[in-house]
Amino acid sequence: MKTIVATLWVLGFAAAVSAQEMVAPDVLVKNVTTEVVDLIAKDKEIKSGGRAKLVEVIEGKVLPHFNFTAMTALAMGQNWSKANPEQRKRLTEEFRTLLVRTYASALSAYSEQKFDFRPLRAKATDTDVTVSVRVMQPGAQPVPIDYSMEKTGSGWKVYDVNVGGVSLIANYRTEFANTVRASGIDGLIKDLHKKNQQLAERK
Amino acid sequence: MRLLTVLGLILLAGGCASTGEERDPRDPWEGLNRGVYKFNDTFDEYLARPVARAYVKVLHQEIRTRIGNFFSNLQDPLISVNNLLQGKFEDGVNDFARFAFNSTFGLLGIHDVATDWGLEKHNEDFGQTFGRWGAGPGPYLVLPVLGSSTLRDGIGLGFDWTLDPMSEIRPINLRNSLVAVRGINLRADLLEASRILEEAALDRYVFQRDAYLQRRRSLIYDGRPPREKLE
Repeated sequence: MKTIVATLWVLGFAAAVSAQEMVAPDVLVKNVTTEVVDLIAKDKEIKSGGRAKLVEVIEGKVLPHFNFTAMTALAMGQNWSKANPEQRKRLTEEFRTLLVRTYASALSAYSEQKFDFRPLRAKATDTDVTVSVRVMQPGAQPVPIDYSMEKTGSGWKVYDVNVGGVSLIANYRTEFANTVRASGIDGLIKDLHKKNQQLAERK
Repeated sequence: MRLLTVLGLILLAGGCASTGEERDPRDPWEGLNRGVYKFNDTFDEYLARPVARAYVKVLHQEIRTRIGNFFSNLQDPLISVNNLLQGKFEDGVNDFARFAFNSTFGLLGIHDVATDWGLEKHNEDFGQTFGRWGAGPGPYLVLPVLGSSTLRDGIGLGFDWTLDPMSEIRPINLRNSLVAVRGINLRADLLEASRILEEAALDRYVFQRDAYLQRRRSLIYDGRPPREKLE
């Protein structure tokens, strides 16, 4: 009996995973955004500024759809090839923490806005697409958010977010390059770590 | 006009300033810019931000939106002219219609009825028009109080002001008060964004500069710049 249950469970899990792979990138963005925004709207703890709970929601719902290694590699540019595996791992971890924190702040600031999900303009065979969402705000031009997404073995993954024409990854490039030039890759890891600690202490 | 004088002085001084570090070709005046940035930061910390916070506390969001709409409406003729100068006639007419409808049915602009009627707000200025005509941004420039700009956008700002209905308002005291309220309202809208910027950046100066340059490039192409592939 146990085996049957386990088998069913595994099968169900596999089905869930492959179903997830099938989800089109624009549908994925819409579903995740709507779900997270609804969660935030309903959660009293988050609404009253509970940062830990918000980070938990983001970790669970949003992060699985991001490819942080690709993001870190892109932000590092040429310096990525100079980093050893251990350095790459630490860089990715620290950058991930910083981005999650930033994302949490942005979400809690703008979750009450209306979203306009744009239809995807891509061919079915494309493996690299841009999914566009617009944040509508009264009396001002809507703010476009573009998610650059790549098709991987485990579904579509975001590797860059562009807000109002500003690519998040491109924006970190100069900062990263400057720090690496001044104090090496370990210096950058240290700086990122320090930044994350400061932010963690602040709340 | 005074703005242009200030601009000229900055350019002169910028020519002389130098830093020891490796220079970013987009920002040859980084030494001076960082000085102005520091001044702006102090100005923001002790004056602009506290006033904006108080403003948010005292006035309800609904009222702030109305005030923002009022100032936003006054910008639409300038936006219209710039769209026309860029050969985007449909957009130019759209912006003028916005101004006409919002000034009348929208009660001097405090209600943005045009958006509800499908006439979308645009973002244009002379800096973008010059860019559309082929002018590069030129050196990055941090203006006192106003913040991030470039040589091209700074000159554009001078032209914007001459077409700004606010510049015609007399007496001067009234005009200055209105400019101040517009500034406070704008700063209040950016309270969250500036906090996020502060959290996200390792070096705020660099982060803000790069974001500004990216954003302006995107605006010149109306949000669809030729894609720069990150390798």
